[in-house]
Amino acid sequence: MKKVFPRILSGCGLIGIMRASGERVSGAEVIRAITNMHERSNGLGGGFAAYGIYPEHKEDYALHLMYSTPRSKDITDKLLEESFQIKGDGPIPTRPADGIVNAPILWRYFVRAKPEKLAETEVPEDEAVLRVVMDINFEIEDAFVISSGKNMGAFKAVGLAGDVGHFYRLEDYYGYTWIAHARFPTNTPGWWGGAHPFTLLDWAVVHNGEISSYGINRRYLEMFGYKCTLQTDTEVMAYLLDLLIRKHGLSVENAAMAMASPFWKDIDALPPEERHKMMAIRAVYGSAMVNGPFAIIFGHHRGMVGLNDRIKLRPMVAAQKDDALYIASEEAGIREVCSHPDRVWSPRAGEPVVGWLNEGVA
Amino acid sequence: MKDRLLTPEFRVVVDHQRCTQCHRCITGCGWGTLSCNNGRIVADDFKCVACHYCVTHCPTGAIVVEEFPLAFKPHANWTVGLRKNAWRQAQSPGMLLTGMGNDQAYPIVFDHLVLDACQVTNPSIDPLREPMELRTYLGRKPNSLAFDSLGRLITPLEPQVKLETPIVFAAMSYGSISLNAQKALAMAAEECGILWNTGEGGLHKDLYPYGHCATVQCASGRFGVHSGYLNAAAVVEIKIGQGAKPGIGGHLPGEKVSVEVSETRMIPPGTDALSPAPHHDIYSIEDLRQLIYALKEATDYSKPVSVKIAAVHNVAAITAGMVYAGADIVYIDGFRGGTGAAPTIIRDHIGIPIELAIAAVDDRLRQEGIRSQASIIAAGSIRSSADVAKAIALGADAVAIGTGALLPLGCRVCQKCYTGNCSWGIATQRPELTRRLDPVLGAERVSNLIESWSLELKEILGALGLNAIESLRGSRERLRGVGLDNTTLEILGVKPAGR
Ligand code: SF4
Ligand code: SF4
Repeated sequence: MKKVFPRILSGCGLIGIMRASGERVSGAEVIRAITNMHERSNGLGGGFAAYGIYPEHKEDYALHLMYSTPRSKDITDKLLEESFQIKGDGPIPTRPADGIVNAPILWRYFVRAKPEKLAETEVPEDEAVLRVVMDINFEIEDAFVISSGKNMGAFKAVGLAGDVGHFYRLEDYYGYTWIAHARFPTNTPGWWGGAHPFTLLDWAVVHNGEISSYGINRRYLEMFGYKCTLQTDTEVMAYLLDLLIRKHGLSVENAAMAMASPFWKDIDALPPEERHKMMAIRAVYGSAMVNGPFAIIFGHHRGMVGLNDRIKLRPMVAAQKDDALYIASEEAGIREVCSHPDRVWSPRAGEPVVGWLNEGVA
Repeated sequence: MKDRLLTPEFRVVVDHQRCTQCHRCITGCGWGTLSCNNGRIVADDFKCVACHYCVTHCPTGAIVVEEFPLAFKPHANWTVGLRKNAWRQAQSPGMLLTGMGNDQAYPIVFDHLVLDACQVTNPSIDPLREPMELRTYLGRKPNSLAFDSLGRLITPLEPQVKLETPIVFAAMSYGSISLNAQKALAMAAEECGILWNTGEGGLHKDLYPYGHCATVQCASGRFGVHSGYLNAAAVVEIKIGQGAKPGIGGHLPGEKVSVEVSETRMIPPGTDALSPAPHHDIYSIEDLRQLIYALKEATDYSKPVSVKIAAVHNVAAITAGMVYAGADIVYIDGFRGGTGAAPTIIRDHIGIPIELAIAAVDDRLRQEGIRSQASIIAAGSIRSSADVAKAIALGADAVAIGTGALLPLGCRVCQKCYTGNCSWGIATQRPELTRRLDPVLGAERVSNLIESWSLELKEILGALGLNAIESLRGSRERLRGVGLDNTTLEILGVKPAGR
């Protein structure tokens, strides 16, 4: 398993389903939806992220790991034991599935940071977990953390998305938010970790597109200490969201304005205060603007957001039915699991679709 | 003929069949090359600098200027240029002077960089159908913004200056160029939504209406600097150095200090205007900080303060110091940058190429985490919209053009600006020459060039699949090097083509 590989360009199918009420549904639904968008994938990558799937371990960080050698598991286990209280662990259940071959060792851990360690280093628990995750991903050969958030998990593999879901027995999981990705990369990815979603603590990002501003987005992130080692566009997306929303405290809407900014001609027509605000966002966050075709769905523990590039060069449709919000590359994917939505719309370029869980749900 | 070491560089050939004896060429030539002898136009070839004024203005097309057909025994080491310089200095001792930028055959990095384009996996964008944005704001920016619970911006923004296209005019003082030439640039800057630059010669009273789109300089001679001058401008600039003559002061000879020049510079008419090599109140970075803040105080913190330096070996560290000292804009002038007058030996041998300087400065400011705190203006031979795009991809916010902005006024890059005889009325104060430069027509031509380059930039962005210039800024991933060595590529942060 080689973790660092050249930039691979790809087209993709995406879907996200969220129930604001917090009602948890089986992964079977999202598998059906993503399978419907088969045309947008070529069997070289598929993946899912699900929120609300580990209620019995709500307060623990759920680490999903991938090992290609038993030795790398031994090394990682040692590091995890040193860093964390391990509340439980075991293999991630799988079953044989068509087209899914060369599976690595897939292991799941539920952990908390050791209080004495936190006291010693004076970093918040999130940050402490993130550091261990980065250590594993970049220092331990043959080991990779697929996801590390609380009460959530990512499942991914090289294969068709439907087969990936079947392989991971996702119908046995119940979550309030599901996002899925089916990939059409231009080159064969060497390893499973390169599939989507890309995660960072409880953030999971699926992405369709190719970032034409990759070079500057990456250099911008480097200025804030992010290392874009995977060389994937999705990694850049996830870090940008993390920087703007988590570190700089921007609202989702303002982060969307920075990443998919409105045009100057529209900004010039705004009333003075709004105009000044937008000018400031563009002038200050110009290097965070993501240029080129993209549609992304990102999930987090409180909801889900869909965002398109500023001229909408990749498809994205949204729909609503009762408390359920759907975002997908194709309306057909949504109709497959929700034949009569209350409302279906095409979000405008750069206009985020923001779904929040009801207060107190997550 | 006097016993001379030198031979003419050019030969003026007049076709007497076509010549109608209008004598336009005689009055036209700023160098007095042509005269009338027995009813025939004759030329003193020694005087001709190939400025083409006679050729472009002869109504019958009777004049041709050729290279003087003289063979020199070839020698790859003792070039003809070196031999001529020695003869020139043997004839009359002194430093050789020259004008415009370095004309030596150093490798041009820009010409070894190529841009990317989209194919299949992401779409290119057609600038005729989709908006394409070149707008750029110059000035210090915070690293992040904060908003209140209603989403209103609470972070105060320091002064920002808007450019509709990422190009400004380089500093060219009244004195080094004519008032009409400056007027043409000022009008073009206003028309194009960009900036012109007074240089260190003050702001002529007629140009105050163009203060809102001007950068005014405060240089070592402090010519023309007063509160009204500073406050009339969009940007105030401290000039430390210039690419064509790093570490060298300026000298405007007394003959060029006309009454108007003297009023604008605030010095007595006819006196030499000497700009000392250093600012005599800046001997260290702390001193620079004091001047930056003195200028900010004087303008009530209402304008960005820019600091202009020549690109020298340590440019990255110096620039970082400038940003820490409070510069909101750093203007880096590469070793090919132009000048009205400089010692040839300095112009041709001091400083480093702008391409490498941009890369080094942008990298250093990022390493220091202060890249947002200052905008980078890169200058020192930006010759086309491709150079603009490449400079921006390397990390500049905008570029400055000097020679490029004079070409539309007729400039032939004859490099004789220091003589004050410019036939085109640009680098001269002789009224009979400056009169012929119509600022309105000049402004129109300069604007045409800016508009053309902007269109080309949009086309380049479209091919790159980008629709805003900030997505190209510092995006070295979209550049590849052809025929550059590994170390140069590493400094540029650019991969070789094919990778
Ligand atoms: S210097 Fe210019 S105007 Fe004078 S003769 Fe030569 S080309 Fe003609
Ligand atoms: S400004 Fe005039 S003197 Fe200077 S290079 Fe151009 S044409 Fe020659």
